[in-house]
Amino acid sequence: MSRIVSLTVNGRSVENVVSDNLLLVDFLRDGLALTGAKKGCDGGECGACTVLVDGRPRLSCITLAASCDGKSVDTIEGQARNGKLSALQKAFHENLGAQCGFCTPGMILAAEGLLRQIPDPSEEQIKTALGGNLCRCTGYVKIIKSVQIAAAEMRA
Amino acid sequence: MNRAVGQPVPLVDGIEKVTGKALYTADLDSRDALVGRILRAPVSHGRITHIDTSAAEALPGVVAIVTGDDCALTYGVIPIAMNEYPMARDRMRYRGEPIAAVAAVDAGTAQAALDLIDVEIEELPAVYTAAQSRAPDAPQLHDNKPGNLEREVHHTFGNVADGFAASDLVREEVFDCAEVNHAQMEPHAALAEYDAVRDRLTLHSVTQVPFYVHLMLARCLEMDSSQIRVVKPFVGGGFGARTETLNFEIIAALLARKAGGKVMMRLTREETFLTHRGRPNTQVRLKLGMTEAGGITAVECEAVMAGGGYAGYGLVTILYAGALLHGIYDVPNVKYDGYRVYTNQPPCGAMRGHGTVDVRHAFECLLDRMARELELDPFAVRRANLLSAPMFTANGLMVNSYGLGECLDKVENASGWAGRKGKLGPGRGLGMACSHYVSGAAKPVHWTGEPHAVVSMKLDFDGSVTVLTGASDIGQGSSTIVALAASEILGIPLARIRVVTNDSVITPKDNGSYSSRVTFMVGNAAIDAAKALREKLVAAAAKMLEVAPEDVECEGETFFLRGSSQSELTFHGVAIAALAAEGTITVKGTFSTPVEAQGGGHRGGAVGSTMGFSYGAQVVEVAVDPDTAQISIEKVWAALDCGFAINPLAVEGQIEGSVWMGMGQGLCEETHYIGGLPAHANLTDYRFPTIAESPPIDVQIVESIDPLGPFGAKEAGEGALSGFPPALANAVADALGLDLNFLPLTPDRVQEALTKLKRANRRKEAAG
Repeated sequence: MSRIVSLTVNGRSVENVVSDNLLLVDFLRDGLALTGAKKGCDGGECGACTVLVDGRPRLSCITLAASCDGKSVDTIEGQARNGKLSALQKAFHENLGAQCGFCTPGMILAAEGLLRQIPDPSEEQIKTALGGNLCRCTGYVKIIKSVQIAAAEMRA
Repeated sequence: MNRAVGQPVPLVDGIEKVTGKALYTADLDSRDALVGRILRAPVSHGRITHIDTSAAEALPGVVAIVTGDDCALTYGVIPIAMNEYPMARDRMRYRGEPIAAVAAVDAGTAQAALDLIDVEIEELPAVYTAAQSRAPDAPQLHDNKPGNLEREVHHTFGNVADGFAASDLVREEVFDCAEVNHAQMEPHAALAEYDAVRDRLTLHSVTQVPFYVHLMLARCLEMDSSQIRVVKPFVGGGFGARTETLNFEIIAALLARKAGGKVMMRLTREETFLTHRGRPNTQVRLKLGMTEAGGITAVECEAVMAGGGYAGYGLVTILYAGALLHGIYDVPNVKYDGYRVYTNQPPCGAMRGHGTVDVRHAFECLLDRMARELELDPFAVRRANLLSAPMFTANGLMVNSYGLGECLDKVENASGWAGRKGKLGPGRGLGMACSHYVSGAAKPVHWTGEPHAVVSMKLDFDGSVTVLTGASDIGQGSSTIVALAASEILGIPLARIRVVTNDSVITPKDNGSYSSRVTFMVGNAAIDAAKALREKLVAAAAKMLEVAPEDVECEGETFFLRGSSQSELTFHGVAIAALAAEGTITVKGTFSTPVEAQGGGHRGGAVGSTMGFSYGAQVVEVAVDPDTAQISIEKVWAALDCGFAINPLAVEGQIEGSVWMGMGQGLCEETHYIGGLPAHANLTDYRFPTIAESPPIDVQIVESIDPLGPFGAKEAGEGALSGFPPALANAVADALGLDLNFLPLTPDRVQEALTKLKRANRRKEAAG
């Protein structure tokens, strides 16, 4: 079965026919060419596909596109505005929070979701919020630092 | 005075990574591509008696099917050990080995077609462990390898009998280190496009070694290499998983040619694990002789590696284990016996710290235990065995710079070792260990006689400098290194420089990103190219200023007469003047390794040879839960002698990453097969540490300024890894009074060992 869904992606209205079993990650990657959401695993294990749905981090590889009808989806492609990186993007770039970069979009969006809820998170709160986002390059040291620096900048 | 190098700099390709603009292979536009899927062996060892693809071919939407019949040529990274077919022909030697592949209009059709391929298999007895493989009645996996022995190595330097005789203490232990996998975040993928009119092939792939992939495509597809183009887009990590051509790359190309079009092949995470190439299960029997003062008098080591079904890098791995076993310290007498055997599991290969990690683990653990027996401090016993550069090790490896002593000082002080060791209370402990690694192999696996690295630079009318390199940036920051080299030599900001990488029709050939060769070799080639470009610019400026070239200074994008602040010329102005003489300027720089760096004359002596070794020391602090035996890492102090930190930010990142990867191997990472069936082939069962259990890592950079390194630099991306597992085991020994001879130190294993220890202690008490 297919249905028409209307949703907002990175601030723009999108209306499309989707099959009931279409995953959000495929809708974004194949339908809208928004390939920032990555597939790093066979479902729900790595966090590389994390996007924001109504401001909350969601794994787009285990979310149905149809379930996002009427909702607002934010991907990594919508984070930089008017030629300016978001605070998290800037901090990850400047502090080497990204090495190979494959986990980075999901990591940044999971952190974005955290900072929208808790603007001044403790290290433990950062670790809890990013506990489902795997990285194989950094040892997470500079990821934690990047989130802390971005949080400070957003509060300033 | 350095202007660009030595300062922390974000990666030149970092913006793409944080904005989602970075395109990895699976992200490439494949709307007009067929979907490729692979049919894999359902048994660990078997013979194909019959294969029928007709039903699958008849399925609407299926465009091409290939089987072992489509490629009768083997491939492999070592020219003398190519024994793998892209798809099994008569024999399959591990569960998951490709036996056929389909290209279809969509994934559903491709999967349905795989189910319709009729394969009859005669199952054969299989071997899964080195012991099974070496048993006298074991089935033989390869006809030319009796006893399943892929490669044996027997090296003796000095006289070990004399060495042991001269010692005050001799100890021998056997260690068992589990097989581990790279688990890079990006699953494997390849996009193959065949131009049937021109008979040309283009492959985009996740590789660390596009040049080797190019060679193997030409070989297996029997195409002229000039008709092949290999491109490496952004790559989501490698750690050695992609340092050789992999079966799916050739299969995608075979499918594209047969389909006469474009095929996107995205492997699942499970298939990525099936392709393996990780670090083999290694058993290390190690015997050390030591004087009362802690001097090592002799080393005797036997390493046995269970290598999986095919050769891959296997012979290099078993040679590395012996070559780098001892050369970190001053050891005069060494005997090494290595055995790499075939088993019916996915082939092992190169993984970060290639060949060195498990033997280093055994060595550093035994060193600590002997120090304890002799009542020597672990730092003191290492200091008793330091080298003094320049020198050659017993096996002929050149050492020009050696910062291990300084690494020891740094982590000893930073960790507060002297005041804290043995005083942390029950269940808590400190441990330390040392490690080292090569900065590229002085002799490449594919010997051609060419320079080891070539970098081109282009300067054009727009005043921009384009650096062209075949070096594969897989996240380690190699593109930033070449840009910094150009920036430093030319005196221009990074903003004026663009780096173009990894397209065989554009960039010069490069052997690839492995054995930590890129900074040393490609960095030196980039310096050489930038100097050639600088010479042309200085000549043009000298002409404009009407002075001799040797009197021209260039700094901060201006050229001027040395000692004068008058008549400054802009970089762009000088570039235009230089172009007037010859048009668009292209220059080339190269790097070749000196002969004396290429290792001893003994068989296999080239493996382990390098221009410069990194050296590292590490302290690990642990807390062990008394009820669950779960080990948590409280903090790590790591120092690495990387010669010179061209980009200290990236050096820190590399050290943190490699320490952490060593932590995974030490604590929890291992593959697990049940009758050859991987039970770990996902990111839940293959446990590597999450952010929640990852400790703070204090990084100390030591700069010994290597005389041959680019700006004095050596490698920084691998050397710290092998220090972690032994430092961990030594810390656990400190915390629990328990010497453990296995990796990883999972709670179940540690608990079992603790229970045994308690029982033995009770028995001792009862008897006493």
